[in-house]
Amino acid sequence: GLFLWQLKNTGIRQIPCQFGHLCRVANDRLITFQYFNFLKRMYVTQYNRDLSQRAKPKSDSVASPFRDLQQLDQEKKVMYKIRPISPVPQPLSETSSRIELKEMKSAAETEDSVTPVRAESKEDRQWKEMKLRLDDLPGILARLSKIKLTALVVSTASAGFAMAPVPFDLTCFLLASLGTGLASCAANSINQFFEVPFDSNMNRTKNRPLVRGQISPLLAVCFAASCGVPGIALLTLGVNPLTGALGAFNIFLYTCCYTPMKRMSIANTWVGAVVGAIPPVMGWTAATGSLDAGALLLGGILYSWQFPHFNALSWGLREDYSRGGYCMMSVTHPGLCRRVALRHCLALIGLSTVAPVLDITTWTFPIISLPINLYISYLGFRFYRDADRSSSRKLFFCSLWHLPMLLLVMFSCKKSFLEKEDKGDVLGGNHGRAMEIRLP
Amino acid sequence: PPAHSRNDWIGPPDKHSNLRPVIFYVPPEESPLERRLREARQEAQACDQHFWARHNCTFRQEKEEFIYSRLKAKGLEMRDETGQKATLNAEEMADFYKDFLSKNFRKHMQYNRDWYKRNFTVTFLMGQVALARALRWLRWKKKNI
Repeated sequence: GLFLWQLKNTGIRQIPCQFGHLCRVANDRLITFQYFNFLKRMYVTQYNRDLSQRAKPKSDSVASPFRDLQQLDQEKKVMYKIRPISPVPQPLSETSSRIELKEMKSAAETEDSVTPVRAESKEDRQWKEMKLRLDDLPGILARLSKIKLTALVVSTASAGFAMAPVPFDLTCFLLASLGTGLASCAANSINQFFEVPFDSNMNRTKNRPLVRGQISPLLAVCFAASCGVPGIALLTLGVNPLTGALGAFNIFLYTCCYTPMKRMSIANTWVGAVVGAIPPVMGWTAATGSLDAGALLLGGILYSWQFPHFNALSWGLREDYSRGGYCMMSVTHPGLCRRVALRHCLALIGLSTVAPVLDITTWTFPIISLPINLYISYLGFRFYRDADRSSSRKLFFCSLWHLPMLLLVMFSCKKSFLEKEDKGDVLGGNHGRAMEIRLP
Repeated sequence: PPAHSRNDWIGPPDKHSNLRPVIFYVPPEESPLERRLREARQEAQACDQHFWARHNCTFRQEKEEFIYSRLKAKGLEMRDETGQKATLNAEEMADFYKDFLSKNFRKHMQYNRDWYKRNFTVTFLMGQVALARALRWLRWKKKNI
């Protein structure tokens, strides 16, 4: 009964998300909406899973804005778990009403994805030829570069770009996004290259391409180089050298500092938070060409966000971390883990209040964002006090929608540089006008 | 893997080490460089397998002992009335995880160093072999044109 409910639940919520994906408009707001729906789907999928998934930003940083979304695999796993129950909905459909028909449709959709999963897991137990098939390559490279995570990193960079108080330059925006995306792909690939035996031993990561032998380490390194070099070159030459330098630094920080540090000291969490904070700063510097207080504030917000996000997530992964030899706060210093999470939830409130002081947003921003910041702080406090699985999960899932919502509110409260009204729709109109000026 | 195959084959994850074993194809006209690569990969595989199998078994064993000792301290049996294995919840296990991690820290440090060294060596050899093969192919093409 419970499983059936979960199955229906997943099915129903997946439908609106599919509609969300149909909205392909090159409008900032709608893109954010699409991404928000995508996050919702991730949220629902994760809700049904036993293991929480960690999304990583550009670099496998401890707490990235958007946790590693190898969701496709995860969704399949979900489907696999509820497979035994799936035949049950069928007889129900015979007596279904209009409403139930919709549910059955989603159940049928889920069933469709169940059979391939069944086949997939059987295949997993077989010996496979280590030969690279060209039509598999895009999928493999997508997983190697953690494409979904990269997409989220690019969207934080876009948020940084959008928040910068300069006229919107489309070419610059696209170049910056592409460069950031390529740099992120490179960093993620190198990270996976370094972590093959550790990834094999952790449930979350054991289906990665290098672990499964779908691609050789040499090819992974070559791919990383062929993404990283053009990516940084694009940023340095096509945008500005500062952004390029930040990008290169971030790749270095992620692959050479964070990744080895994960196994050496709990300080990796802080390094990883910096890694996650840099993309929006890059977006800002791409737009303005300089590191202002605004860039640092945006970076600061993402930095603080990383902690409740990652600390809550890592609470449920303690066994895997312990066995795999990863030094994480949740294992070695659980009290610190929770304190830090709470501290940074509260810091988010403070940082949101600083935004209007720095002329990035109007004063409506701290006011509107106060409810969500208070809510995450409340959950952070519960996590601090209760220190159990349910409070950690609640905090983690909250962090997933908290960040996009915060960024959305921030964007809509952005102080218009054209000195017109500075609220929501009118700002959208301003932007539209600014774009019209630029485009022929 | 079939006898006529000219590629390496990778298998399902090992029960103890969770690593996937690879069976390497030995081509009849294997060059010394290629042989070095294959042997390096075999050695790396053996080292990893040995380490993780031992490590995971130790983990499982120590976990069992920990659970047993804690249950005994609480006055409970290993199996409850329904015959199911009794487990401790995550908070109680946390002490064990912390302990285990700190006990094995030096072992992991050593393994990390070795793993990075092996990984770079193997990848570098792969690069050399790929380069040699590419040059050979180019020479062959030139000859046949």
